[in-house]
Amino acid sequence: MKKNVFLQGIRDGIPIGLGYFAVAFSLGIVAQNAGLSAFQGFVASFFNVASAGEYALFTAIKEGVTYLEVAVITFVVNARYLLMSCALSQRFNPETKFIHRFFVGFGITDEIFGISIAQKGFLNPWYNYGAIFISVPLWSIGTSLGILAGNFLDAKIVSALSVALYGMFIAIIIPPAKKNAVIAIAVIVSFICSYLCGILPLIRTLSDGTRTIILTILISSVIAIIKPVKDEDMENSENQGEVQNEK
Amino acid sequence: MKNNPYIYIFTAALVSYLIRVLPLTLIRKPIKNKFLRSFLFYIPYVTLAVMTFPAIINATQSPIAGIIALVVGIVSSYFGAGLFPVACICCFVVFIAEMFLV
Repeated sequence: MKKNVFLQGIRDGIPIGLGYFAVAFSLGIVAQNAGLSAFQGFVASFFNVASAGEYALFTAIKEGVTYLEVAVITFVVNARYLLMSCALSQRFNPETKFIHRFFVGFGITDEIFGISIAQKGFLNPWYNYGAIFISVPLWSIGTSLGILAGNFLDAKIVSALSVALYGMFIAIIIPPAKKNAVIAIAVIVSFICSYLCGILPLIRTLSDGTRTIILTILISSVIAIIKPVKDEDMENSENQGEVQNEK
Repeated sequence: MKNNPYIYIFTAALVSYLIRVLPLTLIRKPIKNKFLRSFLFYIPYVTLAVMTFPAIINATQSPIAGIIALVVGIVSSYFGAGLFPVACICCFVVFIAEMFLV
């Protein structure tokens, strides 16, 4: 039974892992720009397992910001996992051993959260372990290879690959924005504010990471006050992952 | 890069792990506070949008290629392409565009 669920997790994790591999490769180019070695990139990806979070991390390393700033930006950029973790905590069978929560938590990503929330009934940790087992190594190896390849690839190819990560970010935000007008407005407002912060005097001297923190907190707070979410919205956005990953 | 990269990496790893595990281990009941729920709900979209633009334009050799990739990415995602296809399409578009622009 455990074995079957684990295998099913691997099966559903394969397309996720392949996607991770490609995106991690482009993330590796960012890491290489920050001066990281292939091994450091592997370690960073294996222990962080977060595209946006690692992107922020590598940018921060490149800028040489303080460790505290890295902690804060990681918290803000990955804050969505806090929400996913809350959601998953509701799916645990009270009889499932407590220790599993520590390991399931390790592998909470947008995609793994998506497929695990799509499972019927209580969460079976072995399903998550299967998905983690296949996708996290691909993610880590992809980062290393990106760092290695970034050294000798043609500038045109590096330039093309470096947008893969943004492509993935776009693919995460657009489908929910299509269904929920408030999210669409949030995205547009974020684009505009982010652009303005890059050109306005004084503000533009702040680091990218700091601007991301400030803008995220400000914009999310304002929208949360003006348009508090209803419970259905939450449900819908959680099901989004389900639809996307059921291939 | 003045500081130790491993300290950066493990600081980020520790924070990421705590974020993922603390709610799962500590909170056994759903969050009731409306503002907090809404705030957490909007964060992923806002943060990803802020990180995407204008960064996508600065990532490419030619800013125009970046803009085209952004638009094509949004359109293909709007019409149902998944994460992996959209990422590939964006790369392809930049590669083609820069043949003419750079």
